[in-house]
This record gives sequence, C-alpha cells and structure tokens, in this order.
Amino acid sequence: MGNNLDALTTIFTEFYYWLTVALMFLIHVGFCMYEVGASRRRNHMHTLLKNSMLIPLVTITFFFFGWWIYWALPNGPFITGGIEWEAANANAPVSDIMGTNLSDRITGVFWAAFLLFSWTAASIVSGSVIERINSGAFWILAVLIGSGAWIIDAAWGWHYAGWMVQILGYHDAYASGVIHAVAGGFALGVLVVLGPRLGKFSADGKPRDILPHNPWLVCVGLFLIYTGFWGFYVACNVPLISPEGIGGEITGETWTATTIYLTPTTLGAITFNFLMSLSGGMMMGYFASKGNAFWTYSGGLAGIITASAGNDLYHPIQAMIIGGVGTYFAYKLHYWVENKFKIDDAVGAVAVHGYAGFIGLVICGFVLWGHPSSPYEGYATINPLGNFIGAIIMFGVLGFLPGYIASKILHAFGLLRIPKEVELMGLDFGTAMEEEAAAREVREAEIAMANGK
Amino acid sequence: MSTTGVSSWAVDLAGVGAIYPFQGMEWILLIIALTFWIWWHITTFRMELSRQNEKVKKYGDSKNIINAIEND
Repeated sequence: MGNNLDALTTIFTEFYYWLTVALMFLIHVGFCMYEVGASRRRNHMHTLLKNSMLIPLVTITFFFFGWWIYWALPNGPFITGGIEWEAANANAPVSDIMGTNLSDRITGVFWAAFLLFSWTAASIVSGSVIERINSGAFWILAVLIGSGAWIIDAAWGWHYAGWMVQILGYHDAYASGVIHAVAGGFALGVLVVLGPRLGKFSADGKPRDILPHNPWLVCVGLFLIYTGFWGFYVACNVPLISPEGIGGEITGETWTATTIYLTPTTLGAITFNFLMSLSGGMMMGYFASKGNAFWTYSGGLAGIITASAGNDLYHPIQAMIIGGVGTYFAYKLHYWVENKFKIDDAVGAVAVHGYAGFIGLVICGFVLWGHPSSPYEGYATINPLGNFIGAIIMFGVLGFLPGYIASKILHAFGLLRIPKEVELMGLDFGTAMEEEAAAREVREAEIAMANGK
Repeated sequence: MSTTGVSSWAVDLAGVGAIYPFQGMEWILLIIALTFWIWWHITTFRMELSRQNEKVKKYGDSKNIINAIEND
C-alpha cells in the first residue's frame, strides 16, 4: 500500500470480500433450517448436526488442500500446461500468506469467499440424502465435493486461465455449473447408490409424499438462502481493477468491476439480473406446481441458478425468461426422474441445482455466442458447444461420477446407510428416550422435595 | 526477541510480512492438523456405528418402533 489510493483500493477489496462471507453465512443458516423443516420430528437433531458439521470439516480441508488445488490445476494438468507450482505453493497451507501477514491483506478474505462456496456445494448434497445416510459417510462425501470435486472444476472453468475457458470458451460467471450443476450431479450419484427413504415408494413403485414436518421453517430457510445468495453473487466479482492490473487486451485507463474471468461487468447489471431471474423462477415455480409453496420458493432459487451463467451480461428481461424456462424444466425433470428411476431426492436439490444449472449453461452458450470469454488474446469465444461440453463435465464428470463411485465404496463396506430399525424408529429416538428419562427423574426428585421428603 | 519475529513497532510497515508466532513450524503444524482430521473421522464414525447398534439392541423391538412412528 504505497499511497492513499492503493491503500483505499486494498482495504475496500478486503472489506468487500469480508462482507460477502458474512452474507453467505446466511446460505448455510437457510440450508439448515430448510433441511430440519423438511425432516420428520424423530430425525431433527441428527439432520441438523449432519449439515452443521460439514462447516468445520470442509473449512479445515479447504485450508489443507482445497485452495492449493484451485491454484495448481487450471491447466488440467497437461491440457494447456503443467501444474502451476509457483501459484499453488504461494497458496499452500504452509505458505506465509496463509496467516497473519501485513504484506498480503486479500488472500484470507478471498480464500474465505471460495470456502463459503465449498460449504454451499456440500450443503446442497446434504438436503437430498436426509433421514437415511450415516453422518460419518456424509461427512466424507462432503469433504470430497467441498474440498475436491468442485474446486477442481473451479480451477478448470472458473479461473481466468482455466483450460475450459481457454479452449472451450466456457462461461459461467455466477456458477450455474461450477457450484450448482456439480453439486446436483454429485447428489444424484449418491442417491442412486443410497436408495430412497423407507416408505417413499409403494409396492407398485408409486411415489408417496413425505411431507415436511414444518413448511414454515422450510420457506423461511429458502428466504435466507435468497438473502445469502446476494453475497454469493458479489463474491464472484473482482470489485475494482485497472486495465493495467488485468494485463489483457483492454486499452485506456478506465477501472471496472469484472467477473472471475476478469471480463468487465457491473454490480448494477448483476443486481438487475439477480432480481429478475428470481422473479421469473418464482412465477414459473408457482405456475408449474399449481401454487405449492415449497416449489414456488425453490423456483426462485432455480431461476437464479439457471440465469447465473450469463447474468453478468444478460438483459434483465432475458434473465427473467431464462430463469422461468430453467425452473419449468427442472420441476418437470424432478418428477420424471423420481417416477422413472425411483430416486428419492428429499428436497429437490438435484433439480433445483443440478438440472437448472445444466440448462442454464446450455442456454448461456447460445445467448452469449461470440462474446469474448476472456480479456486475453487467443481464448475461444463463448459458444453453445463449449458450454454444453462444460455442462457435461460439471454435472457428469466432476459431479455424478465422484458421488457415485465414493458412495459405492462406502456401501461396499456397509458404511453408507443407517440400519433399517434406526431409520424406522428415527435417528434421535434413543437420545430422546434418555433425555425424557433424565427429565422424569428430575421431576420426581423435585416432587419428592415439595412433599418434604 | 519474540515468538512473532516482531519485538518493536519502530519499523516501516512496508517491510513487514508474516507476524504469526513460531514461523518456520508450518509443516509440523500441518502434520498435526492432518493427523487430527483423519483421527476425527475414524473415531466419530466408530462412535456413530456403535451408538446405532446399542440403540437397536435397547429400543429396536417392534413396540418401540411403532410407538416412535405413531408419535412422530
């Protein structure tokens, strides 16, 4: 920070990312409320703890190796180059910038913004598998998606020099694919192996509704996710950078906000588009589900998620229409997959995040066709094929496959699913009985004292 | 002499970098942390499975299960 302008820019950027982290924390509060509200009373505490414990586990593993992966693997490796040792080692857990360091004020907050994306990826999976997965198994899967699969895809397709951006012209400004499609695909891979909750399907294969015990909690949880999503969007941007700082083909001296790819956009643009895609999604969710509150709120999320890939550039009305289209197909696909393949996705996470994210990437490839994917020379421009291949990589290669393979391994060792009796009596049953007995004993002692014994 | 490498603030901050204590021990800290992390997964998973077996033995009869379902 050599002069006042440098100091202001640095402190503004530090505070900017810090604020996004505080806002994004609400995503996790929302996910927990939503998941507990969707679970039955006999599973509440286990459901809450299963999700909450991913916070420390993904945090420490993202510090140990997740952040290193992001900086090490933008080239594949061996697609556009080797491992980026220098950048990776600067961000390794043993590097001196990964601690209190007066010469680096940005790494900590930038790391944290990415970490909150990691929590989101793992939390998306958490909701879909409630009431029948072993918490220990889920936490291994959470580390795999939160500090492994998603951050590899971020290195490939959400890094200014990622090979997918360079070769495919892949564009995904607010993470339709790199967070949502990958987490939705991962959840589907786990669900295929895990199987449905007992009683979800009748003997003839017809799905039954397992209703949330508290629809209010579910809806307020989704509202909180919307709130946290503001932080998510803003965290995807670089708030202020000069053409010299970018070092690409942009000329002149006009500073700008950019996407993660260092392509210019504005906070105003993403504010328009966030709200319009949310609206398109909510309206379509209400229409498609015939006024079901859960799908109306989820529709808002699906709308944002569908439009996110191109929300740095869309016109607000395009964002609204794209949000609505994605929500409609995500809703229809959820029930089609449930009926056809007997997949029990307890909170619709595969649809809202996975299908909507996939559809959003494909639409983005067409709508932004020909726009530069990067300010640097020699990169492919945005195109339908590049984004379609990108969607397959996100949902299938880095999402579904790791989820499916890891679940198969856990299943082979008998570690994936809870015993049938525990599922029927409820995960909290024994603890609740013991707590009830302890309370009874205290009451009896108090009554004895009141009787003067 | 201090654990942080800073023993006085009579310095130009432009020349100051890391100021956390015991610099140079990062690898040892990392190995301790990684060991704790792996240990935690194994131990808590074992705890969970043994608690489930205990629960099934103690409460797993059909009367308790029906009671739990009906009271939900």
